[in-house]
Amino acid sequence: MNRPGPLLLFVTILLILGIVSAQFRHNTYQVPFLPGEQQTVWQIEAKLKFFAEDGPVQAILTLPPEQSNFRFLSENTASSGYGIKIDDISSNDKTQQRLARWSKRTASGAQTLYYKLEISTDAERRVEAIPPEIPGKPVWDEPYLTAAADLLAIAYPKSADSLTLAETLTQLLHNKPLDQNAALLLSKYSAPELLARLLANAQVAARHVKALALEDGRRRQSLTDMLEVWQDDTWHLLDPISGPTAKSEQLLLWQTDSPFLLEVSGGSRSRVSFSVISQTRPALELSAQEVNPETAPVFSLYSLPIEEQSMFKLIMLLPVGALVVVFMRTMIGIKTSGTFMPVLIAMSFLQTKLVPGLISFLLVISVGLMIRTYLSLLNLLLVARIAALVIVVIGIISLVSVVSYRLGLIGGLTITFFPMIILAWTIERMAIIWEEEGPREVFIQGGGSLFVATLAYLLMDQALTRHLAFNFPEIHLCILALIVLIGRYTGYRLSELYRFADMK
Amino acid sequence: MKLPQCANPISLNKQGILGMNRRNIDYISCYNDRQHFPNVDDKLKTKRIAQQAGVSVPELIMVIHTQREADSIAEQLTGINQFVFKPAQGSGGKGILIILSREEGLFVKSNGEKLSIHDLVRHLSNIISGLYSLGGRTDVAIMETLVNFDPVFNDLSYEGVPDIRLIVFRGYPVMGMLRLATRASDGKANLHQGAIGIGLDMAVGESIGAVQYNRPIQKHPDSGASLSGISIPHWRTLLLLAARCYEASKLGYLGADLVLDKARGPLLLELNARPGLTIQVANKSGLLPRLRKIEQIEIPASDPQQRVDYAIQQFSKRGKSADLFAQD
Repeated sequence: MNRPGPLLLFVTILLILGIVSAQFRHNTYQVPFLPGEQQTVWQIEAKLKFFAEDGPVQAILTLPPEQSNFRFLSENTASSGYGIKIDDISSNDKTQQRLARWSKRTASGAQTLYYKLEISTDAERRVEAIPPEIPGKPVWDEPYLTAAADLLAIAYPKSADSLTLAETLTQLLHNKPLDQNAALLLSKYSAPELLARLLANAQVAARHVKALALEDGRRRQSLTDMLEVWQDDTWHLLDPISGPTAKSEQLLLWQTDSPFLLEVSGGSRSRVSFSVISQTRPALELSAQEVNPETAPVFSLYSLPIEEQSMFKLIMLLPVGALVVVFMRTMIGIKTSGTFMPVLIAMSFLQTKLVPGLISFLLVISVGLMIRTYLSLLNLLLVARIAALVIVVIGIISLVSVVSYRLGLIGGLTITFFPMIILAWTIERMAIIWEEEGPREVFIQGGGSLFVATLAYLLMDQALTRHLAFNFPEIHLCILALIVLIGRYTGYRLSELYRFADMK
Repeated sequence: MKLPQCANPISLNKQGILGMNRRNIDYISCYNDRQHFPNVDDKLKTKRIAQQAGVSVPELIMVIHTQREADSIAEQLTGINQFVFKPAQGSGGKGILIILSREEGLFVKSNGEKLSIHDLVRHLSNIISGLYSLGGRTDVAIMETLVNFDPVFNDLSYEGVPDIRLIVFRGYPVMGMLRLATRASDGKANLHQGAIGIGLDMAVGESIGAVQYNRPIQKHPDSGASLSGISIPHWRTLLLLAARCYEASKLGYLGADLVLDKARGPLLLELNARPGLTIQVANKSGLLPRLRKIEQIEIPASDPQQRVDYAIQQFSKRGKSADLFAQD
């Protein structure tokens, strides 16, 4: 017989360890247990990659200017063996953008440099803009000169001020059918560049800027082209596609006055990509951090590169899903198809949201089952059959994406977050159950899986769960303890009370 | 909406009903060593070890290992009119093909369907490529002699194999039931597919009660035959065969599936390392009291005969259940 003694000791140790270290983190670093008293911090990481040509190397990255709605907390760089110089944030020359310069005497091969910036959103904060000079007229070649003049002649009478002129021009450049002059000009200049030139022609101060969309968990992002127009002593942001937009707290201007984003000498094939994650951190810690950036907890996931952090935000939710599965299977007795398939489905629901996720999951599985019926006629070996199903699943997913995009349902695009190999296996398993045990069993197991996945999703999607799982990694010791405990539960499952209902 | 009727867990515990979690933790993982699982998962191996332990099994005619052997099966079949093809690692009765006779070069299945030699070759190649085995592993096909079922169960089973499941714990048979195929179970004797289970008194092999889908029934749903008053012939031999499977398989918690052949008597069909729990409903009693009794025995008797005697003495429901019969 198994003795419960050592097991209980093990569970107790895990629980104590988890709770005590969580309490320690709470006391020492003021990480709150509840997500409520928090402020959003955006961590932005720019990753520079280039190929050094075995000689002296210099890389210059344009840094974002101070701007309204954001408070800069800290910035740092990671680059082995490079000398680094960052322009001071409080430098007096506001007309020039700040730059970060990396340099090295000799470097060869692939180089990776990091620039990491932490900002917090602050709706109250305003940064005074410096009035631009009235621009000189740009030089146009024929036939562009005539085309530009014609366009302006159409737009100018319809506008009241600088901003409405920019707006009218934006519309002219996008309204279908496209104006002949607009088409000609767009064949030479990009839309934001052209707008800036046209506005300069009309003596309106405007500039082509690049901005970073702040969305949690985005990786390998690039900058978006935007246009700014000067009016009423401030810059107004314009989307070169859809027209005027408010300067939102989700958009960080990065490149405004600098002619380049990244310039590398002594290297080739350079590129920059951005990763963004949001963290919720206590206001208290934030205020401390503005003075001293070294107060973050030592043993903390915050110290990882941002790209990895955003992965860990998801990874740390997995144990929660696993706990739900263990509980539902051993305590309740719900049948699922594939032990941890529901957790993976729940993880995809986190990206797709529940209802679109459920719909697209059912869609893929049912279409997949139909195609699988045909595949079974071909008498394939198992591995070949699964491989064929993987391709079928990818086919269905791309079809759904294209069709839903055409119909204007952007939600349909998130279908790509489903783990495709798992879907293929699920279809295969369901098909086998259908053949061997009938459709009833398919609905029991499929329904059970979706039910467990939904529960796991609802639990994982709680702000509190996300907060605890990421900010208190030690909480997973407690989850482990619970799973071990449930793993040794020898009592009846809830479903067995129904099964043995006639044993009286 | 009416809530489904449920049992009270305290009352279940009092009756000693074994649940899935306790079965897995306290019995299967404690008494069934993983290294011995192949003894029961591979029917070819089961057959060999059973014969070594003196347990009768349906006779093995041949083993088909490769696609090439399957292609040339026609020559091998000359003179054999009745046989069974089985996947060695199949589960739940999948992939079993029973041929009763030959007519004009065609093979007649148990349900009357006629197959050509090409159908047989395709079936064999499906078995070999792992269509019926767990996880789709490549398998071998077993060809064995047809069991001629003892006619006692003729009007009780629908098209299928009536078999007797005995739970054997540390070599002692503890509980048994007769399993009858139904139309719902598609000729298979698996309870969760809709087969009927009839609990058997351990002393004499007489029926205690019948269940389908975990609920008591009185009559066979297809033939309408009464399911009470059934008595199994060769009961003691059946118990003995099952008890010997402990030595053969080295598994402490075991389900033995046996059949009665007209000529040869009880034969072992297959062994199961994770036998189901519905047997308790069919027997109207829980497994736990019997299992605990056997756990108190320090060293199990080495003679299967002694273990059978013990089971007959200890686990009979007769005295207690006389009034139960009266109610029926």
